[in-house]
Amino acid sequence: MTVQGVAAILVTVGLIFLLAIPLGGYIYRVFMGQRSKLEGVFGPLDRLLYRVIGVNPAVEMDWKAYIRSLLLVNFVMALFVYLIFRLQGVLPLNPNGIHGMSWDLAFNSAVAFITNTNWQSYAGEQSMSYLGQMVAVTYLQFTSAATGVVAVIAFLRGLVGHRGTSLGNFWVDFVRVQTRILLPLAFLFALLLVGLGLPETLLGAQAVHTLSGGTQIIARGPVASLEAIKQLGTNGGGFFNANSAHPFENPSPLTDVLEIIAMALIPVALITTFAQFIKSRAHAVMLYGLLVGMLLVATFIIYGAEAAGNPIVHHLLGISGPNMEGKEVRFGTSMSSLFTAVTTSTATGAVNNMLDSLTPLGGMVPLLLMMFNMVFGGIGVGLLNILMFLIITVFLSGLMVGRTPEIFGKKIESREVKLAAAAMLVHPFVILVPTAIAVATKMGTSSMLNPGLHGFSEVLYAFTSAAANNGSAFAGINANTVFYNVTLGVVMLLGRYVSMVAMLAMAGSLVKKAVIPESQGTLKTGTLSFGLVFIAVVVIVGALTFFPALAIGPIGEQLQMLSGQLAH
Amino acid sequence: MAKPVVQTISSAIWKRAFVESFTKLNPRTMVKNPVMFVVEVGFVITLLLSMDPNLFGGHFGPGSGERAFDIVVTVILFVTILFANFAEAIAEGRGKAQAESLRKTKTDLTANRRREDGAYESIPATSLRKGDVVQVVAGELIPVDGEVIQGLGSVDESAITGESAPVIRGSGGDFSSVTGGTKLLSDVLTIRVTANPGESFLDKMIGLVEGASRQKTPNELALSVLLAALTLIFLIVVDTLKPMAHYVGGNRNIDVATLIALLVCLIPTTIGALLSAIGIAGMDRVIRFNVIAKSGKAVEAAGDVNTLILDKTGTITIGNRLASEFLLAGPHSSQELVEVAVLSSLFDETPEGRSVVDLGKENGVSFVREQYGDAENIEFSADTRMSGLNLPDGTELRKGAVDAIRNYVLVAGGTVPEDLESQTERIAREGGTPLAVAKDTEIYGLIYLKDIVKPGMHQRFEELRKMGIKTVMCTGDNPLTAATIAKEAGVDDFIAEAKPEDKMRLIREEQALGKLVAMSGDGTNDAPALAQADVGLAMNSGTQAAKEAGNMVDLDSDPTKLIEVVSIGKQLLITRGAITTFSIANDVAKYFAIIPAMFILMIPQLQALNIMHLTSPRSAILSALIFNAVIIPLLIPLAMRGVKYHPMSATAMLMRNLVLYGLGGIVAPFIGIKLIDLILTAFGWANI
Repeated sequence: MTVQGVAAILVTVGLIFLLAIPLGGYIYRVFMGQRSKLEGVFGPLDRLLYRVIGVNPAVEMDWKAYIRSLLLVNFVMALFVYLIFRLQGVLPLNPNGIHGMSWDLAFNSAVAFITNTNWQSYAGEQSMSYLGQMVAVTYLQFTSAATGVVAVIAFLRGLVGHRGTSLGNFWVDFVRVQTRILLPLAFLFALLLVGLGLPETLLGAQAVHTLSGGTQIIARGPVASLEAIKQLGTNGGGFFNANSAHPFENPSPLTDVLEIIAMALIPVALITTFAQFIKSRAHAVMLYGLLVGMLLVATFIIYGAEAAGNPIVHHLLGISGPNMEGKEVRFGTSMSSLFTAVTTSTATGAVNNMLDSLTPLGGMVPLLLMMFNMVFGGIGVGLLNILMFLIITVFLSGLMVGRTPEIFGKKIESREVKLAAAAMLVHPFVILVPTAIAVATKMGTSSMLNPGLHGFSEVLYAFTSAAANNGSAFAGINANTVFYNVTLGVVMLLGRYVSMVAMLAMAGSLVKKAVIPESQGTLKTGTLSFGLVFIAVVVIVGALTFFPALAIGPIGEQLQMLSGQLAH
Repeated sequence: MAKPVVQTISSAIWKRAFVESFTKLNPRTMVKNPVMFVVEVGFVITLLLSMDPNLFGGHFGPGSGERAFDIVVTVILFVTILFANFAEAIAEGRGKAQAESLRKTKTDLTANRRREDGAYESIPATSLRKGDVVQVVAGELIPVDGEVIQGLGSVDESAITGESAPVIRGSGGDFSSVTGGTKLLSDVLTIRVTANPGESFLDKMIGLVEGASRQKTPNELALSVLLAALTLIFLIVVDTLKPMAHYVGGNRNIDVATLIALLVCLIPTTIGALLSAIGIAGMDRVIRFNVIAKSGKAVEAAGDVNTLILDKTGTITIGNRLASEFLLAGPHSSQELVEVAVLSSLFDETPEGRSVVDLGKENGVSFVREQYGDAENIEFSADTRMSGLNLPDGTELRKGAVDAIRNYVLVAGGTVPEDLESQTERIAREGGTPLAVAKDTEIYGLIYLKDIVKPGMHQRFEELRKMGIKTVMCTGDNPLTAATIAKEAGVDDFIAEAKPEDKMRLIREEQALGKLVAMSGDGTNDAPALAQADVGLAMNSGTQAAKEAGNMVDLDSDPTKLIEVVSIGKQLLITRGAITTFSIANDVAKYFAIIPAMFILMIPQLQALNIMHLTSPRSAILSALIFNAVIIPLLIPLAMRGVKYHPMSATAMLMRNLVLYGLGGIVAPFIGIKLIDLILTAFGWANI
């Protein structure tokens, strides 16, 4: 580790907060229906959209109506995108003559984008037409991010409601989050990226003659516009297979810093939005303190492990120094570590280095961050996960202080615990069960390119990434098979919608309850001590659930590496 | 039954609990407790493996020791289940013993029922129906719950309340209800039956102490859901581990008994085994406190109460007003005032009178009654509104209402001191009652009578405030008086000149804000409010209507018990939370014992995680499993007694309990497992 490396990490994280906190306040105002300075632009635009889609913005929805609309819209969009992927070979905007996808790859890809996962079983420059990149991928990168935001906003309305039923109007929320938050931000960011050298063109790949006399095909396309929402919407699905390690997606250290900030921006901002909903600065301070702490610990573990390098390599080659395999020299170890920690904690999945080449310990950290899935987490859904763990923590703590547990004045009873438990249960279920099936069957093992502990880690990583709706990959497995396309697709769907439905059902139950005024006997949840309990619950539940799998994956591998044994 | 307090666990209870540990093994009983049911299923599987170690594949030869290992795991699992059953049985035991002695009271009761023609017939009490009229004469047991419609008599209620002093029961008013099983000591009572067989207070009490009518409370249900979810997670973890390990380890696979051992260690068996015992013991603590809670829900609700409504008289203050100060008026010395006041009260047997004598003593003035044997005592009468003493020498000493004394002095030709008026006003302003003191034609001053707050009340309200509970005092006094007493007692709020409707309104208002309200009451006019409150503690001395309306009945008729009930409710929750936390925290150490042992052949490097340096893989697994079993009986006393509860802020309590049961739960098994491993090794059992 170097001083410059550490400083770069700290400054970048500082910049995230500088931008995210005011944005969080703005998001709150958007959903509270407050007028903005640009009301003259947004107002008529929103009303036009309501008229086009034929909704009455004054209608209030209960949780069932809200989730029904949300799921319906998601289903229709996924179906639309599935058809584009299948038919892109005969559709326009296909200068490179790319074929339609197979049914399983199209299913996997449609699911990957609708769930904000952006798992890519294909290489973008080879398997996706410009129409697919713009109308399917970029489009869903907006709407899936919007879906995440409105889900958590509806939950927050339930949390603060007093004996009501309404969680707001899905259509209004869905339109406003796009017109007032995602589109303006993505537009500005895309312009900035174009200025910093990212291509934005509808021309096909260019053939160039190299100095050595050969011919090289340089892939290009509408990269900047996709890159902007790819990062801002915690999507992560790159234009190119190499993702943010590719020089057209992420040409310089400056764009790298900007992309890191963009990934974390909205998930971090939503904590401020949450605190404004419940009118408690203390909660924002507590959550920011603990989550940034976790993010930094994660970053520095990766950084430390990578900087220490691989003792076996050192021994065999007689060199010393950091593990630079799979890393871009222009980003270096420190910014690769931060990018990796941020992309896996925010469920983005963009990568600027080869995660499979990290040391076992360095590779376990992104795995763990996705297993916790709440260090800020994906856009909207990350906060939902945080709230789910807060509710479980409040339940346990409430018992410890001898009062029926309350969170923000709402009693946590059997129904809430049931729903929180369901949301909590689905995550380990969709990680461990498919991993076990994959390593136990020929369908699964035939795609695996590496044996032993590392091969196991790769499969575990794939399903963890899908379950957490992250989308990054360890690679090392050929995922474009019917088995992996279908299982990963189902895991992504379950990982996204089961907990979303459970949490909105909980919001429907919470909104009906009276808000109990705070008294001295109320357990204060905005304190450091409660926050530590919260982290302890997350870490212990996470560790207990995944420890055996990690032991035969990265932990075992790291211990083998330290003992000088080659991975077999 | 002498007093419903069973201090120790008798040998009969031990014996029965032991037997029930086995009868509860019935899967149909076990399935109600999902955590322990999983253990039982695991037990059946290892039992089968003990017969054939290769039942689920594998090729363990006779030399592998696998069968011995399977047998040992089977035995430990069996003992684990027995421990859990035993915990529940011993908790139920006390209640059952109590119920039996109550039942003895109930049997063989006969009743004299009035026939339509007015004559009485002797029938068994069990055939009495609501609305029947029975007659009970002195020396008989009252056959059934009812309301006295004629007569007045003293009743020994010790069978129910444990209180040996007889109480008066009579028709009309708030003391007309009688309970079946109590004994009439004097006179004759005519009673209208108010409960059908099986519905009487005694029946309910038997049902409650026996735990027959026990239903899971809301928090217990929620916790059960969480425990079931955790169990399910660990089932997934362990079930998926076998194929994963197979991929990594090839032929060197994990045996089924080890997987089951890991599963049983991970699922929250400690709290799963003790959960129902904690609930039963909590109810039992309430009963031993001489409070009958009609449901566990009521006890839990008591722990959540936000607002406590208490009557002033009898709850916050002792029933009577007492002398607290002598106030001089006119030209005399205070010594003289005290002397006159004490003399005028010398033969006054009312509490007020006694308090004047006591206060005099504190001021160094006391007289002996014998010296005034020939003085004439003037008793208080509503007519004169004063009392006093006429000495043989003709001196007349009087104390009484200020205007009565003033008239008395004026009529006798005396004068009224100028400062009497202002002193009187001062006392009234402070909420006290002034008594004027006169000797012949002269007024000497005033006695300040005031409500005396029961000792310790101020501190208890302080404790309640720390728990976040608001106290509201209800009194018929005027607002001035009420404010004074409220301030002195340290309650948060008060309602003066309160009518029963006011209590009801207050309860509704608080509930509309989402708060839980507790109150106590005894009169019929309290019944609607008792029913409306979330926790209604009715006094056993009160009317049948009040007892029906409340969800708890205090047999000692002590309204301040509400405060204790709140503590018991909280303690019940804390005990559950503490043992749950302990149970989950234990898993950390168990992982460090079992995971390295499990993968010893596949990934030898994982031995780095064997930080306890356990002797062998099998001793590691067995030590964890034995610890998991032994911790259950070790925690039975805590489950029965409950975690100690001190009033403090929620955050402070959270930290305290977390350090104790969270950190303790992480550290304790590291020590325990290591110790068990050392013992196993010492006996040479580490490599079975």
